[in-house]
Amino acid sequence: MRIFRILCLSTLSLFTTVLFAQPDIRKQWQTRLITVADGETINLDEGTFVMDATLSMEGKKNITIKGKGIDKTIISFKGQKSGAEGLRVSNCTNITLEDFSVEDAKGDGVKTMNVNGITFRNIRAMWTGKPDKNNGSYALYPVLCENVLIENCIARGASDAGIYVGQSKDIIVRNNKAYENVAGIEIENSLNAEVYDNETYNNTGGLLVFDLPDLKLKRGGHCKLYRNTIRDNNLPNFAPKGNIVGKVPLGTGILLLACTNVEIYENQILNNRTTPTGIISYYMTENPIKDSTYYPYPTSVYIHDNVYSKPRKKATMRGRMGKMYRFKLKFGKDVPDIVYDGILDDKVPNGKFNYSDNKRICIRNNKGASYANLDAANGFKNISRDSAPMDCNPSTTASVQ
Amino acid sequence: MKSRLLIFFSVILTSLCVGAAVDRPHPPKELLSQYGFFKGVLKDQQPADGIMPYSLSTPLFSDYAEKLRFVFIPVGLSAKFNDSSVFNFPEGTVLIKTFYFPVDFRNPSKGRRLMETRLLIHEGSRWIAYPYIWNEDQKDAVYDPAGEVKAVKYVDLNGKKKEHNYFIPNQNQCKGCHNQNEVLVPLGPSARQMNHDMMYSSGKQNQLLYWEQNDKLSGFKPSDAKNVGIVWNDPATGTLDQRARLWLDINCGFCHQPQGPAASSGLHLHMQESDPLRIGINKTPVAAGRGSGDRRFDIVPGKPVESILIFRMESDDPGIMMPELGRSVKHQEGIALIKEWIAGMK
Repeated sequence: MRIFRILCLSTLSLFTTVLFAQPDIRKQWQTRLITVADGETINLDEGTFVMDATLSMEGKKNITIKGKGIDKTIISFKGQKSGAEGLRVSNCTNITLEDFSVEDAKGDGVKTMNVNGITFRNIRAMWTGKPDKNNGSYALYPVLCENVLIENCIARGASDAGIYVGQSKDIIVRNNKAYENVAGIEIENSLNAEVYDNETYNNTGGLLVFDLPDLKLKRGGHCKLYRNTIRDNNLPNFAPKGNIVGKVPLGTGILLLACTNVEIYENQILNNRTTPTGIISYYMTENPIKDSTYYPYPTSVYIHDNVYSKPRKKATMRGRMGKMYRFKLKFGKDVPDIVYDGILDDKVPNGKFNYSDNKRICIRNNKGASYANLDAANGFKNISRDSAPMDCNPSTTASVQ
Repeated sequence: MKSRLLIFFSVILTSLCVGAAVDRPHPPKELLSQYGFFKGVLKDQQPADGIMPYSLSTPLFSDYAEKLRFVFIPVGLSAKFNDSSVFNFPEGTVLIKTFYFPVDFRNPSKGRRLMETRLLIHEGSRWIAYPYIWNEDQKDAVYDPAGEVKAVKYVDLNGKKKEHNYFIPNQNQCKGCHNQNEVLVPLGPSARQMNHDMMYSSGKQNQLLYWEQNDKLSGFKPSDAKNVGIVWNDPATGTLDQRARLWLDINCGFCHQPQGPAASSGLHLHMQESDPLRIGINKTPVAAGRGSGDRRFDIVPGKPVESILIFRMESDDPGIMMPELGRSVKHQEGIALIKEWIAGMK
């Protein structure tokens, strides 16, 4: 605390007449977050600090909040009495959070909303107990942000997604580790995301790119996922029901839901037992679509030059998707590495299995990847394991089927 | 006291006159008493000259705290009336709100404990919020931007002894509610919340009429003064649907609307929303996490217990409950109203 107090002095001098009703650590930190002048750095001391309420920053510019390191500055929200997140940053410009840990928040770990320029660097956000549906939803959670950089972070234990970027624009997620979450990393209704050099393991699903209905930022897309290691994501799903990730089957590597313009390349997709990579429309969620402006089909997807590997083993039988694998798909131990639900938008020019223009799904030059088109539109009647219709490059002229 | 008040506001007004270039707000005063809003003993909350008390027909639920509201509008200036949203207040306006718990809700003469007084000051063409927390001795309230959780106890309207935490938000969290497009705004003083009688030192009178007659409200037709407000818990004032929507509007709609901080959820609970999906009917949650409570939709018509809305209203876990700020206990009567509303839906 000594260092913190010294840092406070410069700001406090403006408020020398101010008394505090009941000073304690949270109050000092919170007061600092309110009174900090634009452009300043808030240095957090080494130690474990237990907070009984959310810490929040609002309406600031060019602020860095910096701890002494992931294992050295630990902010614990165990026993939190108020607030729906650990640290909340809203309505700010150019904020950097680095070198500290946030643990056991009642809701989300670190939530940033309406921030243009948000960097999470060397932050660990986690729930320290077992993966549990009573853990918070998101460990690192930028929403409605622009210019997002998440690097060298660790996310663990989230009952929804460890690293979750929602309704945001211009995003880089790199060199992070996400494990023992329902979803390791999720990019949802977001534009221009590059996700690379991450390792996601022991989650239910490793890396998800979703476009969902009923939201403010409707159409995501233009995502590149490359050089990630996505392995061993076979953890039983522990999300509370009602949440879309609750439908993700264990053993999911990469799942693309109704998203567009996604390129996936040079990833290591290893030992994810059910759906190493899935490309599905929103119809597969079996949720009704009431949003007339929503586009439920995945389009313009290019999956190439990835490495796939997994042992011969049956897909999960758990959950709705597990039932689908067991009773409808019946792959046995020959579980395909890449599945496409095959539900095509009739309004787009298409052949039998794929679109015939630049909206098509292309799968090319992956190592060790088997494929299946699920023919979900026709009750899985004509499941096809032939990947030839998908062998294309979306940047070249379409080969008409 | 009066002279001090005038000095304070003449300072504000002078700085305004010098130019709206006053970029930095005045630092808040250390003590509430230093503003001179009240005459006599501070805790009696007797408004000084020029300060008007007012009340709202359906206030936001705040852990059963009672609220006293006052407004200062600078001499010679007035608020501008409109019939659909919060009035346009001139610069220099201060909205003052004191939260308290009666010792016994059935018998106000047994005294009360003041918890906090929040000031919303309109200065430099923006609103600024300053929270003051009352001392245990109740002699004054101290500026404290960091918020606090305090234990309260009282006897409720049914004669039951109650003990729970009372949550005082930090200064940033004011904007958790008072927020439109990330600009801090007042929420209460509007025609639909204020068109009813109030007891003044001069006697009982319609609030809007009183403001108008004291030159504090312009653009208001005195003939429009009546008791028309829908009161959420008074069936004589509106249908179940109207009262439920009003309760949701006041308690949820400041965030859950297109310009509010909960816009990202796609759930809009403000009065003006008419799309059933946006109101939550058969709407799936987006980022509710464990707030979904294993339920699939925000509102399932006819089935309140299957509706996420009710689950979150019935929780007091900060990671689940809604509203996510400003309460630590459940609003039983509000829950009953919304349950009845959902149960009646087809």
